[in-house]
Amino acid sequence: MSEHTSETRDDAPAGKSSPPPAHGHAEHDHGHGHGHHYPNLAHHFDTPQQQFDAGKLGIWLFLLTEVLFFSGLFCAYTIYRAMRPEVFVYAHYFLDTKLGALNTCVLLISSLTAAWAVRNAQLAETRKLVVNIVITIVCACTFMVVKYVEYSHKFHDGLLPGARFHPTEQVWELESFKHKHPEASEYAEHLTEAAKAKAAAGAAKPAEPAAAAGEHKAGDAAPAHPPIERVTKEQVEPLLKAGVLGEKAENPTVPSKPRNAHVFFSIYFFMTGLHGFHVVAGIIVWVWLLLRAKKGVFDGNYFGPIDYAALYWHLVDLIWIYLFPLLYLIH
Amino acid sequence: MASPSTTADVVAPSPAGRADENYLTHEKGFLSWILTLDHKRIGVMYLCSVLIAFAVGGLFALMVRTELWSPGHTIVDADTYNQLFTLHGAIMVFLVIIPGIPAALGNIIMPLQLGAKDVAFPRLNLASYHLWLVGAALMLSSLVINAVDTGWTFYAPYSTSTATAVTPAAFGAFILGFSSIFTGLNFIVTIHKMRPPGMTFFRMPLYVWALYATALIQVLATPVIGITLLMMIVERAFGIGIFDPALGGDPVLFQHFFWFYSHPAVYIMIVPAFGVISEIIPVFSRKRMFGYKFIAISSLAIAFLGFLVWGHHMFVSGQSVLAGTIFSAITFLIAIPTAIKVFNWIATMYKGVIHLETPMLYALAFLWVFTIGGLTGIFLAVMSVDVHLHDTYFVVAHFHYVMMGGAITALMGGIHYWWPKAFGRTYNEKLGQIAATLVFIGLNVTFFPQFVLGTRGMPRRYYNYLPEFQGLHQLSTIGAFILGTGFLLTAGYLIKSLKKKADAPANPWGGTTLEWLTTSPPPYYNFHTPPDVTKGPYDGYEELTYDEKIRGYVAK
Amino acid sequence: MSGTILLLSTGEQPADLPKFPESPEFWMPLDASVTSRNVDWIYHFMNWMSLISCIAILGAMIYFCVKYKAKSRAANEKAQSSSDHSTTLEIGWSVAPLFVVIALFVWGFKGFVDLRTPPKGALEIRVTGQKWKWLFTYPGGMVDDVLHVPVDRPVRMVINAVDVLHSFYIPNFRTKMDAVPGRYTDLWFQATQAGDFPVLCAEYCGTSHSNMLTHVVVHPPGGYEAWLDEQKNKLLSMPPEELGKLLYEKQGCSTCHSVDGTPKIGPTWKGLFAKSEGFTDGSSGTVDENYLRQSIVDPTAKIVAGFAPAMPTYQGKLKDVEIDGIIAYIKSLK
Repeated sequence: MSEHTSETRDDAPAGKSSPPPAHGHAEHDHGHGHGHHYPNLAHHFDTPQQQFDAGKLGIWLFLLTEVLFFSGLFCAYTIYRAMRPEVFVYAHYFLDTKLGALNTCVLLISSLTAAWAVRNAQLAETRKLVVNIVITIVCACTFMVVKYVEYSHKFHDGLLPGARFHPTEQVWELESFKHKHPEASEYAEHLTEAAKAKAAAGAAKPAEPAAAAGEHKAGDAAPAHPPIERVTKEQVEPLLKAGVLGEKAENPTVPSKPRNAHVFFSIYFFMTGLHGFHVVAGIIVWVWLLLRAKKGVFDGNYFGPIDYAALYWHLVDLIWIYLFPLLYLIH
Repeated sequence: MASPSTTADVVAPSPAGRADENYLTHEKGFLSWILTLDHKRIGVMYLCSVLIAFAVGGLFALMVRTELWSPGHTIVDADTYNQLFTLHGAIMVFLVIIPGIPAALGNIIMPLQLGAKDVAFPRLNLASYHLWLVGAALMLSSLVINAVDTGWTFYAPYSTSTATAVTPAAFGAFILGFSSIFTGLNFIVTIHKMRPPGMTFFRMPLYVWALYATALIQVLATPVIGITLLMMIVERAFGIGIFDPALGGDPVLFQHFFWFYSHPAVYIMIVPAFGVISEIIPVFSRKRMFGYKFIAISSLAIAFLGFLVWGHHMFVSGQSVLAGTIFSAITFLIAIPTAIKVFNWIATMYKGVIHLETPMLYALAFLWVFTIGGLTGIFLAVMSVDVHLHDTYFVVAHFHYVMMGGAITALMGGIHYWWPKAFGRTYNEKLGQIAATLVFIGLNVTFFPQFVLGTRGMPRRYYNYLPEFQGLHQLSTIGAFILGTGFLLTAGYLIKSLKKKADAPANPWGGTTLEWLTTSPPPYYNFHTPPDVTKGPYDGYEELTYDEKIRGYVAK
Repeated sequence: MSGTILLLSTGEQPADLPKFPESPEFWMPLDASVTSRNVDWIYHFMNWMSLISCIAILGAMIYFCVKYKAKSRAANEKAQSSSDHSTTLEIGWSVAPLFVVIALFVWGFKGFVDLRTPPKGALEIRVTGQKWKWLFTYPGGMVDDVLHVPVDRPVRMVINAVDVLHSFYIPNFRTKMDAVPGRYTDLWFQATQAGDFPVLCAEYCGTSHSNMLTHVVVHPPGGYEAWLDEQKNKLLSMPPEELGKLLYEKQGCSTCHSVDGTPKIGPTWKGLFAKSEGFTDGSSGTVDENYLRQSIVDPTAKIVAGFAPAMPTYQGKLKDVEIDGIIAYIKSLK
């Protein structure tokens, strides 16, 4: 048992590290901080290295919690997509893939400038640091603007979550659907017309597609107006996959939408909304860091906050990179 | 190990190691408390808040037990009763036991045990406390608006369709989740990066090990309840259709998400309690902890396994037999590291020198009550038996034995063990022993009859009940009032002790962990420099001697 | 025969509650199904193991407290032993309990699989849970609020719920299964003695969760078939108002509608027929046969002002003759 002498326990000024002990010591490195005065070293840390390491571990733990937070939603997504794939196929046509891709690029650029900013901070290159932070913020704001545009389109088109889901357009009327499946789109329009005519004529049964080549499961009866001899795979399969016709649809024989179609938009708004919230939080953090950076406080001994913010930002980017294909690029 | 007598050369010395200038007197005024960055002050604020919440939750419990004195209407109607048990559960789980030992006692003591000046992120620590206040306010606002009546488990679709104020209560729990996450994050970084020279992981006090394992669970599990509560709130507001079958959702999915957090949460509640017991028993047996490494590692094992067993709450939910089987098997595995702890604690007492003051009485009570609680967990892990016992009073008895009997008893033990250190005052030991006895008797009289109620088929959350159960209910209610009396008495003498002048020595119990090196109460800066650590946390009792004059221990 | 469970609003006790038959033992209720045996046996085994463990652990604890009690702090006594680890002991007291828990797991698993595997050829009865009533649908379509089963025959209950989670629990049979809205679950049992056993709801479901009680009548051989026949004939030959009155109890209408003018979750039936009412959508009208029929099959279409859309639909659950009976009953309540 060694007695620790009282000399080292007198009124030492805060921040002075103890002399390197002869025996093994704890994880952090005492470094060579003797006598230095670090303006940004908190009183409860011994060296800037210890402070930086602590912050780094802290931000990684925080990011871990964020991953777990989002994982619940990714889990819900996976379960509902496995249970009801047609809902997801149906709904993705309503999303604007171009805008989604634009947002992806914008976030990637902002991640680059964020990483660059860390390097600037380490080298105390204040001007470059400020520029990079500004670009990051601009990209983030662009992302939110594009999001706003997307959301307002959706609200306008009646694509709201849950019980408020009342799309103003039919999926086969959308450009994205027509572009990919022109025959199916025409066929769906044809069936809809035929059903309307039948209803107008007071017929009891809705029109049914004639049995022909093609794996649809609907029963057969000759449609009244006008007759179609054969139905092809290209005409019917996309409609079945999207739950517009067949057993998953609200109405098996007249083109409509799949049951529980609103669930996709619930998940879409929840996931992108929560992500957007994190983007906004990131913008606030970057603005605050910008104000501090302008004062030139960051240097080789103190660049932690930029590093941590950049790490957070990379995670926000990464989450979007998962969201984009899962929501927009469904086949 | 640094000598305990070096407190003599610190500020305002006195032979007993008291200090008139300490963290409590260092600054004055409301703002110096509510905006403090001192972990000890934050811990004290947590302690007061948690104990007040405990009183409120306890009051609701007494009202529940009073109502159950007779079948049918006794003092309240069915809706009010449902609100009472819901709030009792929600307050106790989210406001008291989860924050309890880590945020209150852990904040005061843990940095001291590490010879550190503070936790890694003092501002985040303060933010944790403020978030607790906000979460508590939201939860209690539900009380005022139209108190939530879903049970603390918020099962859908009842929770997504009932007219009571579920959203403020759930949002409050959501905020409290962040309070918990930030505390856990802070503790993990502190333990990794701020240990003193010489303190390897295996020289840390077992209390710190316990807080470390708990913090890991807090950080990994709590985000999941966060997203679950958020999903439930959004479901109520927008009908998104995730849990409500009428909108295309799945109610069993809610249960999976909910229990994925809430089962690890019960380990957040009990592992710190294990840590407190691990501190008290060696000191009060004047003997090194037996099986130190096993106790340390078992905390991590319990934390890990705790993530894999959530489905044992769902054997009758319609979950598949295969899933149930896996969950049951892993649940049994958790019994092993838990049993190891109990055996090691008892082995520590073997051939020791046992001092039976209040902290040790609570530790012994813990061993008794937790053994019963833990064993009854095994009953519930057996799949076929659980079918009969699920959602009956057997489950209620089980979790009250481990939570009230485990976590709360350990909290009481820890409060009494560290009271002289944290506040510089000694409490009335005789009253302490009486109160501990009342609490112990009250616990058993309240909750043991509930095992019988459960096996006989009495379901839980029942306002009304079949007359054949009345006798056991009345016995349980009597026990509840004995328990309440014990706590009231405790509150009385503890508060009274604060009014007298500081009289506690630096080391009243003869501990060898680092917090006993400081004065009682400690100075605001804890230590000028971290002490050098050359041996284990329970080594060196023979180097201390009791000084009658100061009623405390000093180095020989 | 079939008991009538009255609504319990603020806690009055109903006229006849289900009652547990006297049990031969302290812990468990009377064992009345083949499914009880595994459960009871394991339970008692665990009881004994727990008692032995407690005596050992807590006995050691108390013994050490007494034998090694300190005289005083001032005496500064030293611990007699300083041993602080023993790998042998650690392995020993980890492995020994491991054997026990493995055994318990295997027995429990086997019992559970048995509990969840109905034998082929089991009699199937549907049960629906709704706030706050259990309704049983028998082969042939007859509905009752009490469960009737034959003795010594496997019975499979197909369970679902219409509103929130409930749980179908028969303590004397040691079996339970959640009633989940939107899907079907099931459980089975085989009663081993004739008698009357309580059936309880075991998943919290709101205000009257604790009053969602009924019972299972286990008939001696031949009794179940006889009862079923009697019910069918009764329904066919009853005057409409009497049929309506019977259905008022059996179908759960009494949970929310009174017949004596007391306000409840739904409008009272007393004086209801031919009344002029305002509805929540702003319109108004007279309560006639058409309105009553609509309220039964599509209850949320036109709700009387001041009431919530809480009624479940009975579309497909009531035959036309039964709806006519209810209407006739309501008409008779002036």
